[in-house]
Amino acid sequence: MSAGEEISGEARPRLPRGVRLKFDEARGGTVLLAPERVVRADAVAVAILERCDGTRTLNKLVEELCEVYKGDAKRIEADVRALLADLAAKRMLDL
Amino acid sequence: MNEPIRIKSAIESPLGLLAELTHVCPLGCPYCSNPLELDARASELDTAAWLRIFSQAAELGVLQVHLSGGEPAARRDLTEIVAHCARLSLYTNLITSGIGLSEAGVARLSEARLDHVQLSIQDCEEESADRIAGYKGAFAKKLQVARWVVATGIPLTINAVIHRANVQRATGMVQMAIELGARRVEIAHTQYYGWGLKNRAQLMPSREEADAAWSEVEALRAKVEGKIVVDHVAPDYHARTPKPCMGGWGRRTLNISPTGKALPCHAAESVPGLEFWNAREHSLAEIWEKSPAFNAFRGTEWMREPCRSCEWREVDFGGCRCQALALLGDARATDPACHLSPRHAMMADIARRDSAPLGAAAYAYRRMEKMR
Repeated sequence: MSAGEEISGEARPRLPRGVRLKFDEARGGTVLLAPERVVRADAVAVAILERCDGTRTLNKLVEELCEVYKGDAKRIEADVRALLADLAAKRMLDL
Repeated sequence: MNEPIRIKSAIESPLGLLAELTHVCPLGCPYCSNPLELDARASELDTAAWLRIFSQAAELGVLQVHLSGGEPAARRDLTEIVAHCARLSLYTNLITSGIGLSEAGVARLSEARLDHVQLSIQDCEEESADRIAGYKGAFAKKLQVARWVVATGIPLTINAVIHRANVQRATGMVQMAIELGARRVEIAHTQYYGWGLKNRAQLMPSREEADAAWSEVEALRAKVEGKIVVDHVAPDYHARTPKPCMGGWGRRTLNISPTGKALPCHAAESVPGLEFWNAREHSLAEIWEKSPAFNAFRGTEWMREPCRSCEWREVDFGGCRCQALALLGDARATDPACHLSPRHAMMADIARRDSAPLGAAAYAYRRMEKMR
């Protein structure tokens, strides 16, 4: 089983309080700030995390990204699930 | 792709700033990271000076500020400071004993958009916890504060320092953090500087106890993944490799003392001959780039062998300068926690000696000298 396969398509991923994206002017790029953590977020991660606001379902989020990136839907969904599973394990994302 | 070449400043901006707002604290923990000589309340920076420092920090590229002490809640301007940092979009982390926080105070900090609270606990057993803190009622108060914090929705980290009085309950403290609703827990074996060094013979667990606690917490970590994040700090005296102290000297973070002194780490004042600049007189950017203390051990140029040619030199940066000084009398030496140090064997010898059964001796609690 690949990472995040067990997450329901109806889950509404949300960055909890204390975890937020910030543009890092001094070094360039975007970072995800969390308790005692600073993580660089690439463009794809930013596109996913900006949509983790607790209103969209995982299915809807994937659908939106497919429209923006015009990529292979299966591949996009796998990427999204892997990122969400990783952050949830680190308690940086609520599902 | 042809990207324009960006000229980068030779010295990268710091990511974090640790603000020791005050050395005042009601607790007397015998491993306190504050220096033995504590700053008196009357010599502390005023509110305007702190706000200026945080503005300069944001401009310099700092992303996270750690509001610490002493007990930061002993400062009446704590909420004002948090609100100012939030306006600057700085990530605020309150490092607190919990003593001095009220329910209304926690609510005000939440409204000021505090990002995270790190609450210390001394043990998961009340009597032992209060004895370690040197403060009756501390444990009960901390549980109350943890509930208030969780109720506001601010993420909570529980921090527990491990030593011989609680080493057998390291996993109990992880369980307690889960029960309190913390999202993260730090299980940190004692670091022996300042007060910890002074109390080393009272605090040092045996090698067997430290090893057992380590493996039990590691085993538990895997089981609780997704429920709580466990950050584990190794017992130095039983280690084979040194910790990359502060992620490298003058590389990622800076400390500001209650009086405004800019330090590369908590214990840097113990290193003789370093010239520290004060944030009352210099901007943070100036201090970060030019102050002699920050440049003293920056990078790898200052190193001697075996660090100088070591393949790990940019991973652990030779370990901790303050520990090399405290144990070998030489801040440029390889941290003896490293197995490549010619003096490495002394760590195990000290640990063995200091973990011998205790006689009648008691903690030298961290207390401020009474004003004369």
